[in-house]
Amino acid sequence: MSGGLWRDALRRLTGDRAGIAGLAILGLLALTALAGPMLIGWRQDEIDWAHMAAAPFTAPGHWLGTDRLGRDLLVRTLYGLRVSLAIALAATLVALVIGVGWGALAGYLRGRADALMMRFVDVLYALPQVFFVIILTVVFGRGPVAILVAIGAFGWLTMARIVRGQALALREREFIEAAVVGGAGTTAVVLRHIVPNLLGPVIVYATLTVPQVILVESFLSFLGIGIQEPLASLGNLIADGAAEMETAPWILAVPAGVLVLVVFAFNFLGDALRDALDPRDA
Amino acid sequence: MSTLAFVARRLLAAIPTLAVVIALSFALTRAAPGGPFDEEQALPPEIRANLEAAYGLDAPVHLQFGRYLRGLLQGDFGPSYKFRDFTVTELIAGGLPVSLAIGLAALFLALALGIPLGAWAALARGRGADRAVMALAVAGISVPVFVVAPFLALVFGIWLGWLPVAGWEPGRPADLILPVLTLALPVIAYLARLTRGSLLEVLRSTWIRAARARGLPRRVVLLRHALPAALLPVVSYLGPAAAAVLAGSLVVETIFGLPGMGRHLVQGALNRDYTLVMGMVIVYAALMIVLNLLADLACAWLDPRIRSGRHA
Repeated sequence: MSGGLWRDALRRLTGDRAGIAGLAILGLLALTALAGPMLIGWRQDEIDWAHMAAAPFTAPGHWLGTDRLGRDLLVRTLYGLRVSLAIALAATLVALVIGVGWGALAGYLRGRADALMMRFVDVLYALPQVFFVIILTVVFGRGPVAILVAIGAFGWLTMARIVRGQALALREREFIEAAVVGGAGTTAVVLRHIVPNLLGPVIVYATLTVPQVILVESFLSFLGIGIQEPLASLGNLIADGAAEMETAPWILAVPAGVLVLVVFAFNFLGDALRDALDPRDA
Repeated sequence: MSTLAFVARRLLAAIPTLAVVIALSFALTRAAPGGPFDEEQALPPEIRANLEAAYGLDAPVHLQFGRYLRGLLQGDFGPSYKFRDFTVTELIAGGLPVSLAIGLAALFLALALGIPLGAWAALARGRGADRAVMALAVAGISVPVFVVAPFLALVFGIWLGWLPVAGWEPGRPADLILPVLTLALPVIAYLARLTRGSLLEVLRSTWIRAARARGLPRRVVLLRHALPAALLPVVSYLGPAAAAVLAGSLVVETIFGLPGMGRHLVQGALNRDYTLVMGMVIVYAALMIVLNLLADLACAWLDPRIRSGRHA
């Protein structure tokens, strides 16, 4: 039964050109970010004294040019992509674990505990999140871990709401009742019926959370309160580029292009997954 | 009467949020490892003690919080730890008008462009205009402000030379065109998408068909019946839109060199200037609460069901 659900979803997903394009782009970018730096002869902090702020394809060995210190732009962008993707995936995982746990527990307990738990979510939700993320990075320093904690602290709220709503609604559905009447135990109902049905929205929302986290991290790094030099992230590379754009616009264009591509790809994939996993709208 | 009660209820509900903002930001900055006077070179203990006494940091935390709250009620946000010549209140008073001006201008621009664009796309559903508007909307949503801002500055400021790239002099509105446009673009994109979806749904409803069947002209059906109903989700989005504009203003003020609150906040964050960051965050939170409140009121004005509490 649940096998049919996933097979249908897969069929719908493979039929969605934008979604498949998004997936392909992401796979390609991830592979390049992982393997690329090994294939290029430059380290990310290596300075080529002979070619500073060289335009793309003009200096030997630097396909996309160099920045103002003569560091290879392609290698730095790939390292930045690694850092941005790693933080985004980790923060999404944090949001996933806390959000699903909190939401499922609230939905399962119902009653006063549910009301109390969701009230807590409401209070955090009402806070100006970006500004609290800034406070958290100011307080806990500016490393990748601090950013992860700061973003993760708020990232789970929507997930908790979605999961709790799903769990509450699912309990009342006829097919759950039918399973119970059919003699399925609690474990079987939860594992075979509730979890698979909950998984769809969770996967969709997690996919759409990743680009959001990338944007917040880059936003902080751009402002100088995120990832710090010499570590690269797409955000601080864009900030570097913005400072040089009058004389060397490619230093801005390369990381900015990669960032936009990644965000687009994740959004396309997320939309395609939503169409694939939510047959009601199809 | 019921409207007044509604306003009062919403105002009261906003107070706990602001209280949480103040308490949480105070607690977080006090929980920070290291004090505000940690420099590269350690201060002699006597000087450090004097500094802490001067800023009231030697008192127990709950007394500090009480003093801070009392100050806030009188509009006193305390001294800035790093800008020694200014109080936080002075920095806020200097920056708030600039931030407010570009923020509100961006919101109004977004409303004035986003809603008609979305309505146009909905009416041209499936045709070229619709596709073009929606493609632009996806781009506007996916491309972040910190990419749009340098890009616009590069094209209009440097290559074309039409507009100033950075800086700000009172009475020179040309300085504000690029910042406002940058802030408005993502909101325009989002509003266009929302308006399109919502209007399409409303146009499918039976009461619109009924209005048409009564022989009302197309224009009247659209402007008097369909649009007001379709604008509800759009107006509800104004709260989040305001939050997005305020966050974006940090980037825009930094890039275009505007002396607004956002730039002070970023500077404060870079300098670990706790009182400055705290004060700015509280003011931003208050702004967001007020804008959310206005959005709620606009919603209630458009939809009597919300006002009377009979909503769904």
